[in-house]
Amino acid sequence: MPITHKTPLLDELEKGPWPSFVTDLKRAAEEGGSDTANDLLGQLELSYVQKVGHWKHGGIVGVFGYGGGVIGRYTDVPHLFPSVEHFHTMRINQPASKFYSSDQLRTLADIWDKHGSQITNMHGSTGDIIFLGCRTEALEPCFADLTAHGFDLGGSGSALRTPSCCVGKARCEWACLDTQDITYNLTMTYQDEMHRPAWPYKFKFKTSGCPNDCVASIARADCSIIGTWRDDIRINQDEVKNYAESGLDIQQYVIDLCPTKCISYEDGEIQIDNKNCTRCMHCINVMTKALRPGTDTGATILIGAKAPILEGAQMGVSEWES
Amino acid sequence: MAEEKQERITDIGPPKYDTAWTPFIKENYGKWLYHEELEPGVLMHVSETGAKLWTVRIAGTRLMSTLHMRDLAAIADEFCDGLLRFTTRNNIEFLITDEAKLQSLKDKLKADGHAIGGTGAGITNIVHTQGWIHCHTPAIDASGIVKAVMDELFEYFHDKRLPNKVRISLACCLNMCGAVHCSDISILGVHRKPPLIEHDRLLNVCEIPTTIASCPTAAIRPYNFEDEEGKQVKSVQVNNERCMFCGNCYTMCPAMPLADPVGDGVALWVGGKVSNARSMPKFSKLAVPFLPNNPPRWPETVEVIKNIVEVYAADARSYERVGEWAERIGWEEFFKKTDIAFTPFHIDDYRFAMTTWRSSTQFKFTD
Repeated sequence: MPITHKTPLLDELEKGPWPSFVTDLKRAAEEGGSDTANDLLGQLELSYVQKVGHWKHGGIVGVFGYGGGVIGRYTDVPHLFPSVEHFHTMRINQPASKFYSSDQLRTLADIWDKHGSQITNMHGSTGDIIFLGCRTEALEPCFADLTAHGFDLGGSGSALRTPSCCVGKARCEWACLDTQDITYNLTMTYQDEMHRPAWPYKFKFKTSGCPNDCVASIARADCSIIGTWRDDIRINQDEVKNYAESGLDIQQYVIDLCPTKCISYEDGEIQIDNKNCTRCMHCINVMTKALRPGTDTGATILIGAKAPILEGAQMGVSEWES
Repeated sequence: MAEEKQERITDIGPPKYDTAWTPFIKENYGKWLYHEELEPGVLMHVSETGAKLWTVRIAGTRLMSTLHMRDLAAIADEFCDGLLRFTTRNNIEFLITDEAKLQSLKDKLKADGHAIGGTGAGITNIVHTQGWIHCHTPAIDASGIVKAVMDELFEYFHDKRLPNKVRISLACCLNMCGAVHCSDISILGVHRKPPLIEHDRLLNVCEIPTTIASCPTAAIRPYNFEDEEGKQVKSVQVNNERCMFCGNCYTMCPAMPLADPVGDGVALWVGGKVSNARSMPKFSKLAVPFLPNNPPRWPETVEVIKNIVEVYAADARSYERVGEWAERIGWEEFFKKTDIAFTPFHIDDYRFAMTTWRSSTQFKFTD
């Protein structure tokens, strides 16, 4: 189906080496026949001309028995772009650390083609699968199809927001925690609190397997769970020698950058004063084959991080270690 | 109706995390020994069992059609036994266990126009928000700025290396759905004008006490007046001198919009990080208080960001993140080297003033 709106400004975003969301939206309209994608392009072009957004504030919509998971959205120019008159978001809880089978992806695509706009976010910032642009009357049948295929809605509003985590032990040697299992268990424990907002404000759990914190939990989770270890960093001295032979300047790039100066390199071997190590990960990050976290692993839990600058952003504060 | 309710499935949660895992992932779970970055975008993980897993990472657009999803699924079927994953930063990872397929997977991804990269000491994908695509409070667009910035920084995603990784994030307003405040470079949409008050509908759509309480600077107060027709109107008014344009009142009260084409724009922040490596996690600090909202390619914003990256690339030591570099050379030097003006806007005289203002004599008296 041809696109019915002229989009000279958006067309500029089809140029360049980075993948273009404009090209993809056009494909959804032209090849996929999505009226919603067509009118979304039209409205976005208008925003690019006028330099303001065109989505109205709020709108309480949802699925029966839930108080969250759907964000109501309506255009303020429905006479120009009728297919985005309703443009609600459905947040769908992602599998922890976002592994999918191709069948699961196609199932999601089939459900969304049937009930919605063909436009998604893979994923939203919090971690959910996002279906963008649902009409009110399609919410309930879409939800029924999702649950029939093993998917459920995520969190929104003053509720537990969908927990998320890093890739963890599924593909990382540094994971000191079963990040997916923690995330899954928290998610299942708090289903009611996620789907029926009853808390003073939003609340986020995020779990990272090590202090590199690949899900940025320390910056944005009310409760941040970060893997760590209490015993000694494991050293493979043979691999230390291999690094030296391959030309890595161990003194300059590993030893001198240790924040507590607890690591030394003499006679071709690395020694670590583990009592003075703060588990910062730098040496391990640089010498992945020679150094690994210890085996007495657990979690540091930090409380109180948040992003909104309104009252000043906050980072998490360590509460206790186990 | 009652029967329908009984059949309804609710509160089942997400698919369990391992439903998509192949036997290979399950067998090597928790057994990973080390990994190597073979080239930007290609990782090799080696298990204690001796098994190897190759990961090829490509840039995702986050905003994605179901047609695009089906393409990704088809590639996973052809090369990866149907397995793929998405990263926290909107990248897509294809995982293969047969090294013989690595080159053909890369060739296929390139042929389909995908961008391979985003690992290690370079610039990976930008975490971002919805902007004009879906949000009701944005000061700027999101996807368009991300596209414009990453087009310009593409070489750092694809092959060019930096002293360390540079994490860029974008939030289209101060509500900070993008949680950009601990990034090497943050792009933040800001407003510069106080809200307009729609007195004729405010009482119908807003609660006046919650609206007043929403203001962090106590700039909103009740305002009762008689309109031109002699009708008593209950509303609020804003002390504009106290307003810091945060938009929290608009979140509470839709009759107080503050978006406008000239007042809204981009602020840039630098030097944050979430990793605990070497130095502690840090907040990003203000670099540029305002750049114009200039679609479709935001050239002013792109130019400043590219310059920061290039100066960092030339001047930082290996493994220094942007914030670690700026702290070593001193922030005075950061502003000088990047040719960014230091203005009164950079001084926080609000919440953090007592803890962040200089309390030492350790100046570098450079000219």
